[in-house]
Amino acid sequence: MKKDLLGIGDLTPDEIYAILDTAEAMREIGQRTIKKVPTLRGKTVVNLFYEPSTRTRTSFEIAEKRLSADTLNIAVAQSSVLKGETLADTALNIEAMQPDFIVLRHASSGAGHLLSRICKSRIINAGDGTHEHPTQALLDAFTIREHKKRIEGLKVVIVGDLLHSRVLRSNVLLLTSLGAEVWACGPPTLVPIGLDRLGVRASTSIDEAVADADVIMMLRIQQERMHGAFVPSLREYFTTFGMTVERVARAKPDVIIMHPGPMNRGVEIASEVADGPYSVILEQVANGVAVRMAVLYMLAGETETEN
Amino acid sequence: MSKTLLKGGRVVDPANGRDGAFDVLMDGGRIARVGRDLPVDAGTTVVEIPSGLVICPGLIDMHVHLREPGQEHKETVATGTASAVAGGFTAVACMPNTNPVNDNAGVTEYILKKAAEANLARVYPIGAVSRGQKGEELADIAELKRAGCVAITDDGHPVSTAMLMRRALEYTTMFRMPVIEHCEEQTLRGDGVAHEGFHASALGLRGIPGEAESIMALRDIALAGLTRGMVHIAHMSARQTLDAVRWGKSRKAHVTCEVTPHHFVLTDDMLGAPIAYDTNVKMNPPLRETADRDALLAGLADGSIDVIATDHAPHHYDEKHVEFDRAPFGITGLETCVSLCFDRLVHAGVVSLPRLVELLSVNPARILSVPGGSLSDGAPADISILAPDLKVTISVARMKSKSKNSPFDGWRLRGGVAATIVGGRAVFVNEGAGIQL
Repeated sequence: MKKDLLGIGDLTPDEIYAILDTAEAMREIGQRTIKKVPTLRGKTVVNLFYEPSTRTRTSFEIAEKRLSADTLNIAVAQSSVLKGETLADTALNIEAMQPDFIVLRHASSGAGHLLSRICKSRIINAGDGTHEHPTQALLDAFTIREHKKRIEGLKVVIVGDLLHSRVLRSNVLLLTSLGAEVWACGPPTLVPIGLDRLGVRASTSIDEAVADADVIMMLRIQQERMHGAFVPSLREYFTTFGMTVERVARAKPDVIIMHPGPMNRGVEIASEVADGPYSVILEQVANGVAVRMAVLYMLAGETETEN
Repeated sequence: MSKTLLKGGRVVDPANGRDGAFDVLMDGGRIARVGRDLPVDAGTTVVEIPSGLVICPGLIDMHVHLREPGQEHKETVATGTASAVAGGFTAVACMPNTNPVNDNAGVTEYILKKAAEANLARVYPIGAVSRGQKGEELADIAELKRAGCVAITDDGHPVSTAMLMRRALEYTTMFRMPVIEHCEEQTLRGDGVAHEGFHASALGLRGIPGEAESIMALRDIALAGLTRGMVHIAHMSARQTLDAVRWGKSRKAHVTCEVTPHHFVLTDDMLGAPIAYDTNVKMNPPLRETADRDALLAGLADGSIDVIATDHAPHHYDEKHVEFDRAPFGITGLETCVSLCFDRLVHAGVVSLPRLVELLSVNPARILSVPGGSLSDGAPADISILAPDLKVTISVARMKSKSKNSPFDGWRLRGGVAATIVGGRAVFVNEGAGIQL
């Protein structure tokens, strides 16, 4: 594997499968009475979060602790960034204390690439702007594979704010590289240019998109974007693109419904769907810990090899 | 000043229809004569020009940011003009978005004083269209003109409203002074940071469509038709804008346009590779896609494009060493322009050498109504000596500009600058080009 995990493009299909296989073993650790192994003992991980995040930060921290790493959380408020030091200076200061990993969440696309160029620590991208969120796509793939036993050939439909979604970009790269048939559905104002070049079928018809789907992945709609700017109203969004029980019925009978969170109930997804029998949303959260353990373990392994 | 004779070399002087082996006699800072085998008087210094070099009227970059006053950490008039002459330019026209803005004669005079102190390239200040470049009321344009401004612009932004642009175009008709427009429909541009296309999309960067430029160009060309004013479209990047300019020219509107070397050399695939999110490929207008780049090359070849200008935009390392969306727009250009033009235009067969001299000298002089653009008898002896076959490796470390923000570092190109002469005085000599002045 490369030194850093900045995006799914850094991984070959074999490496993706290796991470998913390793995550199977890691999940077992979480089911023990003593949920801890010494794998990363003596390693230091800094979780550097420039955006508020509950789920991803907690998931990384639990993953790090289960592997016995020493972890440190730094939450930087955007307001202090404006007057304070630059990202590069912050990273170099952290780097001076010799961490092994920096897990970075940042509002700017490519922030991890900047760190990658100046840091010796391994950088794990925990979400950069509207670019990528690779560990989310890995945990999604893990969850899909658990239910469907494969990824190749599945029809996966991603619905919602495609334009601003780093989850979309990572999932598209991962799922297409493993041979899934990926559809993306949303209002034309929220579809990024060039999705077709990434091998994605774009549709503005939710009924067409979900027909015979194996997997439906809902993306969060950011409410501040929705008042007349990209779509006329939240109500109209829900009636046009919201995932309802009726729409789910058009998919395959064993369809699974996914959501990276946080959900807006009644905006992109009806509660009956979110809490329904086909929903695997909480499994995704559980699997996130195992997948992040696998990523840390495999990147740490590369360190040992180099030494 | 004594007489100097430049002997040998190929003289390319399209304004006088010259392209061939001529001698150039300079006397007292002016061109005395251009002819074949000119007699040598006693007291005349003879400079042998190695064969293969080209003598042409001094290059004029009509779009640079010298940053002084106010942003001297990026560039000063002295460092910017040192960069200019090292890049083969004998004159530059500098944009008014300094701090304070060049919207009054005092700032214009300050810039000209700094230029006189530096005593390298000629500096032609460009004034603001509106006071403070705020887009509200016209600046004191006649006073700017009297102080030495050769054009007006609110560069960095378009002129905010159609009415203000109309007034600026009307008012300037009394001086034959162009209004230079940074075309960008602000609401469509939004908070974009890169060309709206596949690469920005894949990298999660907010896009700026080509139409943000062309819509504003169409507005301004229509207003040039209404007022008979002269509009000059700055740093044109989009194929749609080129269509707009062709439409305007076909309707006999007074419209001219310029392109930068980076827009006819680079495309938006540079956003992702070789260095992903390299802030040195962040500029405004952004690098466009291949179809746009190819359209600009066609426009250069067919004469639709009048000028090559660099939009030299120095920024300090600290300002560029940040997240992509937080970095300022712009790259330096003065010291890479000639090499890029030779390598990508002349040697690539896109334009002839005389046409390149029109783009870099004749046309900017005509549009700005400044001296230069020809080697006519009696004209100021502003001369660029170019080395079409010189092997050049671009090195930001060796550049004279105070800032190093160029995406071309390490590029190997064919063609460069041998020497730069302003007012009969050699202000730059490239020792690698085999010329002694």
